[in-house]
Amino acid sequence: MVESRQTIVKFDHVQKSYDGQALVIKDLNLNIETGEFLTMLGPSGSGKTTCLMMLAGFEPATYGEIYLNNQPINRVAPHRRGIGMVFQNYALFPHMSVAENLAFPLQVRKLPRAEIETRVERALDMVKLSGFGSRRPAQLSGGQRQRVAVARALVFEPVLVLMDEPLGALDKNLREEMQFEIKRIHETLGVTVVYVTHDQSEALTMSDRIAVFNDGVIQQLATPDVLYEQPENAFVARFIGENNCLQGEVRSVDGAYCQVGLESGEVVRALKVKVEGEGMPTTLSLRPERITVTENAKPGDNQVCGRVEELIYLGDHIRVRLAVAGNHEFVVKVSNTQQRTSLGVGDQVQLCWAADDCRALDTLQDPSITA
Amino acid sequence: MTQGSGEIIRTADGMPLGLSLQRTLLRSRLRALMLVIPLLAFLTVTFVLPILDMLYRSVDNRIVASVLPQTTVAIQAWDSKSTELPDEPVFEALVLDIQAAHEQKTLGRVGRRLNYEKPGMSSLFRKTGRHAKRITEAPFKEQLLSVDKRWHDTSVWRLIHRESGALTGSYFLASSDLRLDDQGEIALQPEPRRIYVSLFYRTLWMSLLITVLCLILGYPISYLLASLPARTSNLLMILVLLPFWTSLLVRTTSWIALLQTQGVLNDLLVFIGLIPDDARLQMIYNKIGTIVAMTHILLPFMILPLYSVMKTIPASYMQAARSLGASPFTAFVRVYMPNTVPGIGAGCILVFILAIGYYITPALVGGRTGTFISNFIAVHISETLNWGLAAALGVILLALVLVLYLVYDKIVGVNNMKLG
Repeated sequence: MVESRQTIVKFDHVQKSYDGQALVIKDLNLNIETGEFLTMLGPSGSGKTTCLMMLAGFEPATYGEIYLNNQPINRVAPHRRGIGMVFQNYALFPHMSVAENLAFPLQVRKLPRAEIETRVERALDMVKLSGFGSRRPAQLSGGQRQRVAVARALVFEPVLVLMDEPLGALDKNLREEMQFEIKRIHETLGVTVVYVTHDQSEALTMSDRIAVFNDGVIQQLATPDVLYEQPENAFVARFIGENNCLQGEVRSVDGAYCQVGLESGEVVRALKVKVEGEGMPTTLSLRPERITVTENAKPGDNQVCGRVEELIYLGDHIRVRLAVAGNHEFVVKVSNTQQRTSLGVGDQVQLCWAADDCRALDTLQDPSITA
Repeated sequence: MTQGSGEIIRTADGMPLGLSLQRTLLRSRLRALMLVIPLLAFLTVTFVLPILDMLYRSVDNRIVASVLPQTTVAIQAWDSKSTELPDEPVFEALVLDIQAAHEQKTLGRVGRRLNYEKPGMSSLFRKTGRHAKRITEAPFKEQLLSVDKRWHDTSVWRLIHRESGALTGSYFLASSDLRLDDQGEIALQPEPRRIYVSLFYRTLWMSLLITVLCLILGYPISYLLASLPARTSNLLMILVLLPFWTSLLVRTTSWIALLQTQGVLNDLLVFIGLIPDDARLQMIYNKIGTIVAMTHILLPFMILPLYSVMKTIPASYMQAARSLGASPFTAFVRVYMPNTVPGIGAGCILVFILAIGYYITPALVGGRTGTFISNFIAVHISETLNWGLAAALGVILLALVLVLYLVYDKIVGVNNMKLG
């Protein structure tokens, strides 16, 4: 991120509890910078929507303070915060036409009528819905409603827009189109966007930074590439992208690397990211595309034996599921090139990967939480 | 889709597609019909036919023609506008009819029917019935005139002539505080008998007031019910429905216990010194009693449709409005309220239509000034036995409801209504 950017939102030791017994948000500290597209990503119940609702003012923080432009806003009513919001079900007002929906935030701000009309026109233009102003929301398709909802959240020119899983109700193609559309609007207007989703591919394509939530805690806050390539813990590694996990035990530590003994007895060299020390259990994280099936490994690379269990032909590549060191869900992607070795189910093969592509992380407490 | 417009699409065995489709649908339609036939038959016998019969009674006028058949025929020859009495044949026919009717004891019915139109007719026929059997030969005219001098009055004959038809509008005139005078012209009823127009008016405005009160009391409760979590709102809903499970009579009589001059509320007011003991408030057996008790009884009919509509309004509408910069009040008025209009419409029309025809509660707590039109219909059905008038009042009430329903449809749209 550029250093000169200003902080627009700051969560300062924020905690939230609904029932007075369990914390939904545990000590949240987060700075959101002006103009960035920040995504809160996490499984359901991880606290990401609660965060958004606190920022919008619909849920009070149990402890801590939220700052907007350096002003504490805990006691500011939602309608005085000037934050635009796009809701999951769009929340377009069904008794108003599209133009009336867009005019609503301008009318309550008592703008002159002529100004309202030009701004509504401009907003409709921006989301490519000129001429749809007189329609009712019920007469629009899902994608069009989505556009109206975005336009309505932006028409009063807020500095900050919140989006709560806005694409959840759309089908796949439309979702991808809208991702692009929202990204384009964000870049054109330079508005700060806080986006909540549980869809990691959506988060990766759109965001400047992603905050991965789990269990009321931000697990990692980073740019998409860092998040994918350098996950800091086993949860992030599993949640973002496809990932192979191997359980093992740290044998020895040497500088930035460590030797890890696998269940099969094989020993591999891995990047020491989050291990507690020698003799402690660890999870190795490996991306499927970083593994090669070959007999002649490069010197220094790890080499592990595996048995092919399933082959799925996907055209450009072949997905190979193997049993490796007790893990039967170990996946390798083999490019469909002429040099590829022909594989058959039951074959014993040699797998190689570089030590830098293999990250030794903590062990997951609850293995059921996977992406 | 690709077939030419003139070409008939056929199924595999050559039958036109439309015909084939109709045959397939016919079976499912027949099945649907079979399912509703028992209820349909039940409703026809117990609901539709009695109502049609009642509607017909409001114009039915067969009594005179059936009890006095010969007179009905003979009097057609008489010019009802003349000041002369009818001729001998009419008198002969009437004497013979009266003799026969007196024998069969049906004469009282004709007397009573004509008495609605002209007081004194009942006694005239009773008296004539007693004396008529002595008149056995001509001249009938002189002898009948000597039985009672009222037979000299041409208006009596004009009345028989007028009411000898099979249909009459006189019940409807009576329901509108009008009557046909001796000359057959429409005229106002005499002052003391003008009660129905003001009664209709009272029924309407009191029903309207009850509807508005129900809306004012029911709207916030419905809002609360719809916005609370399901467990709490279910509990509160039971409280709302509790009156439904209590007898209507119990609820009404408990209002008597509360509101009467020696009742709980008056005692309380006297106790805290708000009113002196000798000036207790009259809150029951008048309009106040009817309005209070009926508002209480009809409130659930307002709450239920409102609740069912409010339940479907997502909380995000209000949140969206707030986030767009509307104060809680503006958000409520501009976003929430318009979305509850179907519930308001359904609740209001339900309560109003129930109120306008309400009987038991006004009868028990309405006293003299708080009764509704339906109480008078009941009086005419069970006490004065003037079923024709009762039917006419009922028809007018029904027509009023239908007109209001149409007006409502024009303004709000029936399709916008949601009954739950």
